[in-house]
Amino acid sequence: MTAAADPSTLAHAAPNRGAGLLGLLGLSVALLAVAGLALGPVTLSPAAVLAALAGQGEPMAEAIVLHIRAPRVLLGLGVGAGLALAGMALQGVLRNPLADPGLIGVSAGAALGAVGVIVLGGWFMGGVPAPLRPWIMPAAAFGGASLVTAFVFGLARRGGAVSVPTLILAGVAVNAIAGAGVGAMIYVSDDQQLRDLTFWSMGSLGAAAWAPATLAAVCIAAAGVGLARMARALDLFQLGERAAFHAGLDVERAKRRVALGAALAVGAGTAVAGPIGFVGLVAPHLARLVVGPAHRLALPAAALLGAGLLLAADLGVRLAVPPAEPPIGLATSLIGGPFFLWLLLARMERGDA
Amino acid sequence: MPEAQKLEARRLHLRRAGRPVLCGVDVAVAPGRLLAVCGPNGAGKSSLLAALAGDLRPETGAALIDGAPVAALGARALARLRAVLEQAPGLSAAFTVETLVRLGADAVPESPVEPARLVAEALDAVGMSAFAARRADRLSGGERARAHLARVLAQLRAGEAAGGGRYLLLDEPTASLDLAHQVTVMRAARSAADGGAGVLCVLHDLNLAAAFADDVALLDEGRVVAAGAPEQVLTAPALTALYRAPIAVERHPGGALRIAPDLAPRRRSAA
Repeated sequence: MTAAADPSTLAHAAPNRGAGLLGLLGLSVALLAVAGLALGPVTLSPAAVLAALAGQGEPMAEAIVLHIRAPRVLLGLGVGAGLALAGMALQGVLRNPLADPGLIGVSAGAALGAVGVIVLGGWFMGGVPAPLRPWIMPAAAFGGASLVTAFVFGLARRGGAVSVPTLILAGVAVNAIAGAGVGAMIYVSDDQQLRDLTFWSMGSLGAAAWAPATLAAVCIAAAGVGLARMARALDLFQLGERAAFHAGLDVERAKRRVALGAALAVGAGTAVAGPIGFVGLVAPHLARLVVGPAHRLALPAAALLGAGLLLAADLGVRLAVPPAEPPIGLATSLIGGPFFLWLLLARMERGDA
Repeated sequence: MPEAQKLEARRLHLRRAGRPVLCGVDVAVAPGRLLAVCGPNGAGKSSLLAALAGDLRPETGAALIDGAPVAALGARALARLRAVLEQAPGLSAAFTVETLVRLGADAVPESPVEPARLVAEALDAVGMSAFAARRADRLSGGERARAHLARVLAQLRAGEAAGGGRYLLLDEPTASLDLAHQVTVMRAARSAADGGAGVLCVLHDLNLAAAFADDVALLDEGRVVAAGAPEQVLTAPALTALYRAPIAVERHPGGALRIAPDLAPRRRSAA
């Protein structure tokens, strides 16, 4: 078989086809969002959902849709899109498609920041003006995520891609250090904090109320806008940092911006929903399969796929054993773990791991 | 100042990992000229190119582009003035050849020329038009080298259209290419110079240097040991001393230089 006859060597989506595919993905996410509002222990018809959204439904349906399910769907959209965008951005800078915010420890850094606030917050929250209090936990998570991202980018020395072994071993080390920090926090926490921590640390959208969901969505939207503007920079990083500089990219500034956006998206999502693994690995991978590797299309596609995946996973855990609700982080890890292993083994077989 | 119109290393000293790699190098390439930089492995050729490209900061001395210190210009400004082809360029994504070359065309956003046209012309110049839709990470070594050269040529042309595009730096562009493609690549470099760009080309193949360069600079242990027209610089005694091995230089009837290691036959004869 000649190389030219192999369809996999041919061009990926043409621009018009790309826009069409993004439209389809957007439509799927919208349908999943409606399903997220309609399905659960109490099943509502789409008409009832729309009526409730318009403020003309039955009081019971309105309460379920507007106060329980809508913030949860908003949080799912934000966290899924944020993790996917962060994953794609990290993979772009590190030139390694196996970089995932969870695997390389960015989520763990965010978790340590958030846990620190849950456990130690009682000491200093009193001194913080009331309007600022909801921001303390996301800010701490952002700080933790930033530290880890800066460390990992430091591994990507000029001109060099970060090899998979380096990446994974760095992730092991960072996860161990952050895990020890979280362990120390658990050790000094009281019973109520312990219970909060345990459920939070498995990752869940269940705690969603309007205030935290909106806060996370705003932060993630800001990060998303920032990262969307980095599409060309992420393309150039694929040439290596030196060649990217030759083509006019201020490499260090671009890395700082990507780190900032990724840390903000992961930090805000983790603070509210807990660490949710593998969305940042699976969604970018699927996005590249669907629209090709150029970031102008792949970034928005990854955001939509991440949002869709998380909404689907949330529906899955809500409908699995009602009315119980297994944490969504368990579901994403159950699907994402084997997916990661499969990717790793496929790369090792090709000899480029 | 007309004398400032060049890409120039002036008394350039450079250290890498604590070891001096360039010791007071003076080299200059003017627009319209093709300068070949030759010398043994480890002579400092790639370091010189990296300093002129703005990758490495000189310890003392200066790398100047049209009179301005390279280190003082930002990535965007440099991308408009010069294009660089690294040794063994790589790509970590499954981009098509067209997307890859487009990265060069888009490197100068203020260029008035349609990027698609720059891409098509650059692919044509290296004989890769038929490969536009192919995946750039699955090409053979020779195809990959030419695809990256097309990317760099597209950037040079975009810069030219925006009032820059003055210098082209190529680090061993013919390594890993077969004989025919070596000539394709050197013709592309030559036509860039004929089109008005100053081309600095690190070359191992002295025959290519003799055939295509206006000037040759010989580097040895971080110093320029000879510079000038190929016929004056590429002599048997100078090359024998430089490479510490006997080198023969012949002039063919057509006028071209033929340079090769002076080997006594070592093969057992057929008889």
